[in-house]
Amino acid sequence: MMISCEKAAKICDKAQYKEASIWEKIKLKFHLLMCNTCAKHSLKNKKLTSLCKQAKLVVLSEEDKKKMKDSCSKAK
Amino acid sequence: METHQLHPDTWVDLYADYLFNYAVTRVNDSEIAKDLVQDTFIAGLKSAKNFKGDAAERTWLIAILKRKVIDHYRKINSKKGKAEVRMSYSSQTDAEGDWLEERIADPNSNFENDAIENEELGLAIQNCISKLPKKQAQVFIMKTIEGMETEDICNSLGINASNLWVMIHRARTGLMGCLNQNWF
Repeated sequence: MMISCEKAAKICDKAQYKEASIWEKIKLKFHLLMCNTCAKHSLKNKKLTSLCKQAKLVVLSEEDKKKMKDSCSKAK
Repeated sequence: METHQLHPDTWVDLYADYLFNYAVTRVNDSEIAKDLVQDTFIAGLKSAKNFKGDAAERTWLIAILKRKVIDHYRKINSKKGKAEVRMSYSSQTDAEGDWLEERIADPNSNFENDAIENEELGLAIQNCISKLPKKQAQVFIMKTIEGMETEDICNSLGINASNLWVMIHRARTGLMGCLNQNWF
């Protein structure tokens, strides 16, 4: 039942993307009850997820970037 | 003071996303934002000889983009008819009469500040992402911002799932450290 901190961290990361299984989540919860360091890390990790969501980040697609590079090299 | 130099070849890779985020929060339209970023790079290339080297490259590009955003609003406002400002005190049609009292700002509202904070937050995160090692940043962006499936990322980058989670973990830890002072 007791998992290592490395394992807990991995499950915690997966959980941020909703990719942890129920069983993994139970193991993680249990670990967090025992381990203060991981509990703190988990809180921060969750916070990071919500910050990223809140910021509504956008990225350009590779295609768009390529177009930009092309027109930049034309302009030179 | 150190003087900065321009490396136009790296601009798109290094700053396109940062500038794009900056523009999107200001014009609220990704197509227009894309064009503005593009214009910024072109303008930057053309005036590269005027670059004095006292600002960092990105700051200098942001300054150009700022002008482009202003120009954009000027342009759309100068089109005929749009310059005319129609004012009515109330947009609520069911309200009886124009009660100015109904229109004052709610002193308890944090809504306006939220928008400002979110914009700064977006740039802060983007800035921290750009400090990560390239591969980590790439995986983090694909997973978190583009929301791609783990399997698809693995296939397109030729890595396995546990590689991916290690990189995600390092990226997240790096970002937490980088954002730590201001946002946690």
